[in-house]
Amino acid sequence: MEKKYQFSPETMAVVQKMMGRYPEGKQKSALLPVLHLAQAEFDGWLSAEAMDYVAEVLNITPIEVYEVASFYSMYNLKPVGKCLLEVCRTSSCWLMGSEDIVHHIEKKLGIKDGETTADGQFTLKTVECLGSCGTAPMLQCGADFYENLSLEKVDTLLDNLRKDGERRTYIKDQKVNMD
Amino acid sequence: MGKKLLLEHIDVPGIQSLNVYRQKGGYETLKKALTSMTPEQILEEVKTSGLRGRGGAGFPTGLKWSFLAKPEGVARYLVCNADESEPGTFKDRYLMEKIPHILIEGMIVSSFALGANTSYIYIRGEYFYVARILENAIAEAYEAGLLGKNIMGSGYDLDLYVQIGAGAYICGEETALLESLEGKRGNPRIKPPFPAIAGLYGCPTVVNNVETIAAVVPIVKDGGAAYAQIGIGKSTGTKLISASGHLNKPGVYEIELGLPVEEFIYSEEYCGGIKNGKQLKAVVAGGSSVPILPAHLILKTAAGEPRLMSYEGLADGGFATGTMLGSGGFIAMDEDSSIVKNLWTFSRFYHHESCGQCSPCREGTGWMEKILHKILHGHGTLADVDLLWDIQSKIEGKTICPLGDAAAWPVASAIRHFRNEFEEYVKQGHSIKDVKHYYRLNHLPEPVN
Repeated sequence: MEKKYQFSPETMAVVQKMMGRYPEGKQKSALLPVLHLAQAEFDGWLSAEAMDYVAEVLNITPIEVYEVASFYSMYNLKPVGKCLLEVCRTSSCWLMGSEDIVHHIEKKLGIKDGETTADGQFTLKTVECLGSCGTAPMLQCGADFYENLSLEKVDTLLDNLRKDGERRTYIKDQKVNMD
Repeated sequence: MGKKLLLEHIDVPGIQSLNVYRQKGGYETLKKALTSMTPEQILEEVKTSGLRGRGGAGFPTGLKWSFLAKPEGVARYLVCNADESEPGTFKDRYLMEKIPHILIEGMIVSSFALGANTSYIYIRGEYFYVARILENAIAEAYEAGLLGKNIMGSGYDLDLYVQIGAGAYICGEETALLESLEGKRGNPRIKPPFPAIAGLYGCPTVVNNVETIAAVVPIVKDGGAAYAQIGIGKSTGTKLISASGHLNKPGVYEIELGLPVEEFIYSEEYCGGIKNGKQLKAVVAGGSSVPILPAHLILKTAAGEPRLMSYEGLADGGFATGTMLGSGGFIAMDEDSSIVKNLWTFSRFYHHESCGQCSPCREGTGWMEKILHKILHGHGTLADVDLLWDIQSKIEGKTICPLGDAAAWPVASAIRHFRNEFEEYVKQGHSIKDVKHYYRLNHLPEPVN
């Protein structure tokens, strides 16, 4: 059977370089960044098989990968849409109307917080403070911050993301216009 | 106009790049440090400056550095805490994005002072694009011989790396950060031993906030004594304040410590007053963890003196009538803001972010979130308010790391200053429309027996 999970040679080169940042025998330090690479390369989420593969690459046990992947909120342990819309909901964003943004997206896409659209384009997720309090309300999609949101800007953003059709990852800036 | 030490050149076009940064005097301080100072002299300047940790705790940086163990033949590390996740705080992101080289320069000078030959900047995963800006800046610095072997011909070697996190507030706690940097869950360690003795990979380590490390540059440039001239009392120097909420001009401001809160909120030089001409109701002055204060207590101390933005000024009155400078995350709420609902967003935050090691925090944060939700939706009782008080008092001081305190303080202070509003929610539930007046002008030092 063909092995499904295999980093591209380019990614593997990045991983090798990354492991050189730490002292001899401390290659486990590369786990968080390597999991980000894995998530970006393997359809935006980390399956058990993907995590086993990462364990093999770093020469650590699978449980060491599972316990880390399940601890941090940026790792998706189930499939997500091409565009994961992470709307900040904490204090400053809430004060500036993040609930309206969430309700608007829910209505427009016909999904609830945590759900994915049937076409696999969007997943909506409310998240805790993203450090964009002075430009609230905001959402993150992939590496990009979309700030000072209004309902109109959200409409434009969703349209443009859909038109673009690309999968968003944290690794790559792919900002689309929202004005 | 207040003195600017970190943001002086922030508006210079191209200041992100090494060339423009150098045209503005960048890396001259590094040259001074490497060619004319010993590590001990740098430490002395930092001590003299009175610089205190800008991440929130306010611990004297020089003292922290002086604790670093220096056993023969063991590597030492400097780790920059760029995990900035305290709700209301976005100053480090701003600094790193706009003027990354001041952090890089500060890292090299500080690493030299501490005798570290490998250093890391641990940045929260959500700031991926900022990490890339830092990586580009680091690449420029290597290219120019400012990093790597024999920096500026001094014989000093340093490698500097950016390490990316993956979404966990707790990793801003320094021992959780070190765990995370070692590729583990971000569970804080039991102290002692402190990182200065056994930190990253068990080696002596200093962990400092982004702004703290950046401040080392002006301190070494002009001397610790000059830095100590700025500010007020033991709050020396400048501080970056992240202003958000219902303000006309939210954003990051560099203030001289000691600035009156009233001037910060209302003057055109800073926040320009409250949005839409409304009245100020309350302020969270130092990030979500610090006690919330009603308008009259944030503008003036209990003794009626103007309240100053400094470590001591904001703490005046203790937790009964004061708060803390914390990380400088300044959240202003107008007259129509619901204190109870805002508190619920905080409690939900701490519940979400608790690492789960200590039961009082793991369980207590969840209980507080649930009770607040119940009160908000009109299903609460007056006894629930007392229960909230009881729970927070049983979390505070009973956990390995300060996340427990951080979760407890907002709850305690909201009840202390706004108990009326909680009671109105109990009576009216979510049908509540007008929350303007539900706070006691006379705070309750012990609101619950």
